[in-house]
Amino acid sequence: MRGVRWLLLKDLQILRRSPLQAVLLIAYPILIAVLVGFAISRGPEKPRVVFLNEVPAGTRISVGGQQLPQANVKGRICRRVECVVVHDRDEAEAKVKSGEALAALILPANLVNKINSLSTLTPGVPEVEVMVNEENAVKAELVDDRITSLLAQANLAIARRIGSEGGRYLNLIVNGGNFPVLGETIHILGLRASANILQAVTPALPKPLRPSLEEVTNFAAQARDNLDVAKPLIDRLAQPIAVDKVVIGGESPPLEIFAIAVAATLTLAFVVVLLVAGSLALEREENAFPRLTRGLVSTSGLLGEKVLLGTLVGLAVTLLMLAGMQFFVPLEWSRIGLWLLAILVSGAALGAAGAALGAAAREVRAVSLLAFMVTLPVAFLSLVPSGAVSSTVFEAIRYFTALFPFKPALQAITSALDEAGPGIGGPLLHLAILFLAYSFIARFALRRFSSV
Amino acid sequence: MRASGIVKRYGEREALRGVSFEAEAGELMAVIGPNGAGKTTLLSILAGIATPDEGEVAAPDGEVGWVPQQAALYRRLTVEENLLLFARLEGHEDPRASVEEMQELTGLGERRGEIVARLSGGNQQRINIAIGLLSRPAALLLDEPSVGLDPRQRSRLWEFVSALAGRGTTVIFSTHDIQEAERYGGRLLVLADGEALFDGPPDGLREAVRREAPEAADRDFETAFVAYLHHRGH
Repeated sequence: MRGVRWLLLKDLQILRRSPLQAVLLIAYPILIAVLVGFAISRGPEKPRVVFLNEVPAGTRISVGGQQLPQANVKGRICRRVECVVVHDRDEAEAKVKSGEALAALILPANLVNKINSLSTLTPGVPEVEVMVNEENAVKAELVDDRITSLLAQANLAIARRIGSEGGRYLNLIVNGGNFPVLGETIHILGLRASANILQAVTPALPKPLRPSLEEVTNFAAQARDNLDVAKPLIDRLAQPIAVDKVVIGGESPPLEIFAIAVAATLTLAFVVVLLVAGSLALEREENAFPRLTRGLVSTSGLLGEKVLLGTLVGLAVTLLMLAGMQFFVPLEWSRIGLWLLAILVSGAALGAAGAALGAAAREVRAVSLLAFMVTLPVAFLSLVPSGAVSSTVFEAIRYFTALFPFKPALQAITSALDEAGPGIGGPLLHLAILFLAYSFIARFALRRFSSV
Repeated sequence: MRASGIVKRYGEREALRGVSFEAEAGELMAVIGPNGAGKTTLLSILAGIATPDEGEVAAPDGEVGWVPQQAALYRRLTVEENLLLFARLEGHEDPRASVEEMQELTGLGERRGEIVARLSGGNQQRINIAIGLLSRPAALLLDEPSVGLDPRQRSRLWEFVSALAGRGTTVIFSTHDIQEAERYGGRLLVLADGEALFDGPPDGLREAVRREAPEAADRDFETAFVAYLHHRGH
């Protein structure tokens, strides 16, 4: 232990002598904290979409000869996107081509006429025009999603309006009321009142005529009852399927807490893996390893010192990052005991993995590259949720990421930050097993260092 | 320090083939030979870093100091920090006093606060040796200590090493500089392809050359040595 203490002091002295490394160790978590903080506190920017309405002013959708009130489609669309107003198609095309707008949505002049033709014997196909610049696959996918969503919203708004008007007419037929026609108001008797009148006059009719009148009365009653049922059906036609969300598989933490956990784990992983792997490779690069292990310190002691160095520096940097996140999202500092436990155990497992990498490569540059090449894809794959890829690929990813400490570290830190997360016991046990496995690999790989 | 029948194999290749010798206290012994002769392997085995496949090493009472060919120290630390670190790792009761002693011995007292990376190769080698001496060894092993040094630095290095031997430390060093071995080595151990061809004083090697390669006996020592190796089939 005496040797470990002096080696730890030496490594901290070397770290202090490398201003670039020291600055990176402090600047990196602050940068991550600020980026994540802005990302989760500001929300996504609205996409810019050109909106060109060529429908003549005052044109309205009509049902049964009656014009419906305006559905305010433009207002609904422009709440979801940042609408760019243009005056003609050329201007719309230029803005999409230049990338100033993601897409252009054009309502052609005959749109309303075609919608109105739907209730005639010669229905047309109402169409809106969309201009997109699919300069890359990601952008094309984004535009498709946005436009599909916007059109679904617009269709829903129109359908609701038509349904509402249809319901109003049905109510008029069933219950009666006043109806405006060409500036005049006419009174509609309605089925209910008609049936009542017929029932009232029936006793006054000669007996032979009563059965026929009763048939008419029954028809009016049946029509009234069935049309009462039709009204909710028309209402549901606009949105026939409603969502009833059932949460299975436990409560998940809020998205911003998960984002902070990802940022913290990423910071911890890079700092610890790079520092441990680099400082171990440095012993080889400085030719000090054989001299140290000639009785001054055991290889296990040297490994333990590197893991301790990485864990302590990782803990300090991660806590610094979490303190920075406090400016954006309030954190539960009362859970700091669990934070420390999760960070320390995660740091130890990540440090052991870094030691295995450091023992496998002999140069600091090579080991730094190796650490990036391993840590980055593992971190990326650890964030792939189930259902995002095929089940076979997801299973492969699950087993692969279970071999590295990043995913259990993320689970442990998420659980430590928020009580709604998964339990912390499982991830800590997983990390402990990985710590032992990687320590063994590192110990074995260090034998190569002894050869001269 | 005694080595008996040392054999070391790397796969099918035999790096050392039954090398034996015995070095007395205060003796300055040079291990010479061409590249790949087995010099570094022999010193590594004597230092305990590598283990022989056959044979035994008997070290003198006390530590065996080892100075590797490339300086084994931390270039981002100062001279003093390097010495202090290794003195502490050696478990010295008063590490600062040991550091003072080594700085005086190496003549680097005035540069104690300088970062090692900024020192010349010769000065780095002096610290390298000083670290090897921190264990107060009865025997000191130096693997090609003068590589990369200019003549002035080399001269100061050998002055320093000779003084150590004068104080009773057994010094065994490897080199492929024949003139240097002749000048500073009181005794020469000639290795070629892992085999010990000669063990004795420089004059004895001259005598062996005269006997086995008479055509080169009157040439300079290096030419005579090459002729001797050639005559012995190497």
